[in-house]
Amino acid sequence: MTASKSSADLQRVAERILKLAKSACLDGVEVDASSTTDALTRFANNTIHQNVAEQTLAVSVRAIVDGRTARATTNKIDDESLQRVVTVAASLATNQPKNPDLLPLLAKQKYQKVARAFSSTAETTPQDRARAVAKVCTHAEKHKQIAAGIFTTGDFQSVLANSKGLFARHRQTRAEFSITILESDSSGWAKANAPDVRKIDPQALAESASDKSAKSRKPRELAPGHYVTILEPAAVLDLMGFLFFDFGGTAIEDKRSCLTGRLGQRLFGENITVWDDVYHPLQTGFPYDGEGQPRQKVLLIDRGVAKNVVYARSAAKRAKKKPTGHGFSLPNDFGEAPMNIVFTGGDKSVDEMIRSTERGVLVTRLWYIREVDPYNKILTGMTRDGTFFVENGKIAGGVRNFRFNQSVIEMLANVEMLGSAVRSAGEEAFEMVVPAMKVGDFHFSEVTKF
Amino acid sequence: MTSFEEVAWLALDTAKRRGASYADARVMDMRHRDISTKNGEVGTLSESESLGIGIRVIANGSWGFASTDRLTREGVQACAAEAVAIAKASALAKTEDIALAPEGAYVDVWQNPYLKDPFRIPVERQIDLLLAADTEMRRVKGVTVAEGSMAFRRIDQLFVSSIGSSIHQTKVQSGAGIVALSFSGNELQKRSYPNSFGGQHMLKGYELVESLDLVGNAQRVGEECVALHSAAQCPQGQSTIILESSQLGLQIHESIGHPIELDRVLGMEANFAGMSFLTTEKLRKLKYGSDIVNVVADARLEHGPGLGTFAYDDEGVPAQSIPIITDGLFTGYLSSRETASAIGEKRSGGTVRCESWNRLPMIRMTNISIKPGTWEYDDLIADSDDAILMQTNRSWSIDDRRYQFQFSTEVGWEIKGGKTGRMLKNPSYSGITTEFWNSCDAICSRDYWTLWGTPNCGKGQPMQTMGTGHGASPARFRNVKVGVAFSK
Repeated sequence: MTASKSSADLQRVAERILKLAKSACLDGVEVDASSTTDALTRFANNTIHQNVAEQTLAVSVRAIVDGRTARATTNKIDDESLQRVVTVAASLATNQPKNPDLLPLLAKQKYQKVARAFSSTAETTPQDRARAVAKVCTHAEKHKQIAAGIFTTGDFQSVLANSKGLFARHRQTRAEFSITILESDSSGWAKANAPDVRKIDPQALAESASDKSAKSRKPRELAPGHYVTILEPAAVLDLMGFLFFDFGGTAIEDKRSCLTGRLGQRLFGENITVWDDVYHPLQTGFPYDGEGQPRQKVLLIDRGVAKNVVYARSAAKRAKKKPTGHGFSLPNDFGEAPMNIVFTGGDKSVDEMIRSTERGVLVTRLWYIREVDPYNKILTGMTRDGTFFVENGKIAGGVRNFRFNQSVIEMLANVEMLGSAVRSAGEEAFEMVVPAMKVGDFHFSEVTKF
Repeated sequence: MTSFEEVAWLALDTAKRRGASYADARVMDMRHRDISTKNGEVGTLSESESLGIGIRVIANGSWGFASTDRLTREGVQACAAEAVAIAKASALAKTEDIALAPEGAYVDVWQNPYLKDPFRIPVERQIDLLLAADTEMRRVKGVTVAEGSMAFRRIDQLFVSSIGSSIHQTKVQSGAGIVALSFSGNELQKRSYPNSFGGQHMLKGYELVESLDLVGNAQRVGEECVALHSAAQCPQGQSTIILESSQLGLQIHESIGHPIELDRVLGMEANFAGMSFLTTEKLRKLKYGSDIVNVVADARLEHGPGLGTFAYDDEGVPAQSIPIITDGLFTGYLSSRETASAIGEKRSGGTVRCESWNRLPMIRMTNISIKPGTWEYDDLIADSDDAILMQTNRSWSIDDRRYQFQFSTEVGWEIKGGKTGRMLKNPSYSGITTEFWNSCDAICSRDYWTLWGTPNCGKGQPMQTMGTGHGASPARFRNVKVGVAFSK
């Protein structure tokens, strides 16, 4: 399946909007025309129970009128609808107070090329996905287990243009396979995500989830408390997803960031170095932001020191900094955020972490994470689908799932071992390049019934 | 093509010709308006519209679904053909044929009642209201961020199915709220009105926003937010707690609404949203709560204009009121035609909905509400010797089978000797679902009952966000664990 509109189609829509805006005598206009083709095969109880496909188009227009801006969006591309979306954006923009922070549109920019669209993914068929799912379901049945999960493929492209001559285009494909293997009193989970479907091995993921489920049978109840804890990359990822929205200029300005008054301080361990890097080979995403500003590689944490935050254009101007190309589409309240997190990582394997642990907990995945204290960054949540007791350097069996209440700032100050950084996919945060971590002290506050 | 009907019936005819044994289609035309303000300036200001069709079929005994916004004859036919092809691919990994609980055919037109169309209210008037509330909040020294938001939705939807239903429903939804943040020392505190995470949302027109009196409440919100810095920390230990109605609404959502979803119970959400402790042998046997706990899933308009109110669900089943907990006993699930059939129920509970034309309809909460009790609010406080009153959710988390939860609220109030005393900051409580509901010993009367709207309930893959309703009045719970969130 390929994208419903080609890049050339989207460019033609964008040009029509720019022409309509010119006749409407607006001070400026920006148009984002995008096309998505997505398909998802969902399975549970060793059978496909949901199988869907969608084709969507969005034409989003931002009008600028006398120092004011607003946005209108449609998925209709007949002449009348395109005229109406320009008129609505202009009308919304006009009927509001002036925005003193509003900047003129960006002029033409140069962008670094990224290759993130793969025909192998775009051309995946429902039969391809069904065959892969049938195979993992057969594997589960053979082991007297139950499989549930998804196999999804998609193709997305976008054109961003404005009346000052800026023009940018991006296309990327996406493939994702996620599987939970269940038994009567245990479960295991694995997930992978990549632009190229050939990088995903459903069978290997199924075997990993199956093995975790088998090893966590008859879980024992451990007392809540502080444990040496080994977090696999997906667990690290989902925690980090709650940290890096604070690494934005607007969050600092609003005093809602955990870095308020702390930028430049050593908050984390010296073994923690983190970049935002959209150009990293394991990363995905646009090489430009919501206004078309080219994304820069930014060093966020340097050997434990909270070094830099990212800036959209207006936040950069207020802070007297340079924009880093991390702004969201305007208008918005949040400004910007780093969306392409890359940890430097280390060289230890999860097996080495286990072997070095006298008494601890191994966590596959976390669930329902929420912020309890935004400044000290205390997060709560649950472990899920593969939580193990580690004793005398070995996995000693499954344990009932824990609730945690843990400051991630304190956690990153207390990392004893780091794995190599890998592209990881979870359920609570966007994909990142993160390592497994062995944490010296992790607070599990309560335990549940399974 | 010109009409919804023409598009929808063409989809069904094509699906049947391609081999579908059952087909339904939803043509949806959706309009959104979103406005937000922050510290005296307009933040988000946007409108969007989206029109398309979603076609669901059964072929070779399996499900297929496809959607498109290409509403030409060719576009609709291709989409219907794709849905059938996908269903046939699904059959490559099936264990048995899909069976649906029987349902009648309905031809109807329905629109929720409202007084003022929010899309006809000038946007400058809406912005002015938010900025006036913003000014009042920032008048309070110590408020570092003041925010306000409004959200309006109009969903115009035609449902047709191969059993002969043709149901046209139009829903208008409004919502608004304000928030104050205050940073001081090493603490960021927050107060919201009338509820957190976007305020109150209902199936109403702009009259809802006018009834909230955002400006009249703004100064209090700012003052309470700043006062939290000097309040005492919520203690740790076991305590009696009283939950005000919006927090009880979220407690219902997480610890009753989700576990009663029959698709979870049957394992269909195992990979993402999770499963449920409410396995089928517990139906009509489990003591879910104390004898005074009565909960219904009620999608009918007579229950109120909630976000879970409609005339028919998205597979053409009429709105119903289902007893979920009756005098403390677990008595019902949320079901679809497929899941009702799977557990031998005679009919679907009519709880299937989709976020948009490009999403598959699935089981969603309707209005999951606790029935009012008999207590006057002042009497409840006077009857409580040593308790903590908790107001307005700040964070929420529950395990993937919905046993163990932890909630924190924006503010707490100490109750000693039947009187409300000092403010408490960082209140939290946690527990096991059935133990918690069995500890309920007092529920306030209808006079204190509010039908709250939760506009952001996420479920499914691809993820769908849905609005749900939760009617609740303040209630008291005994011997609850408090303060664990901040324990060391």
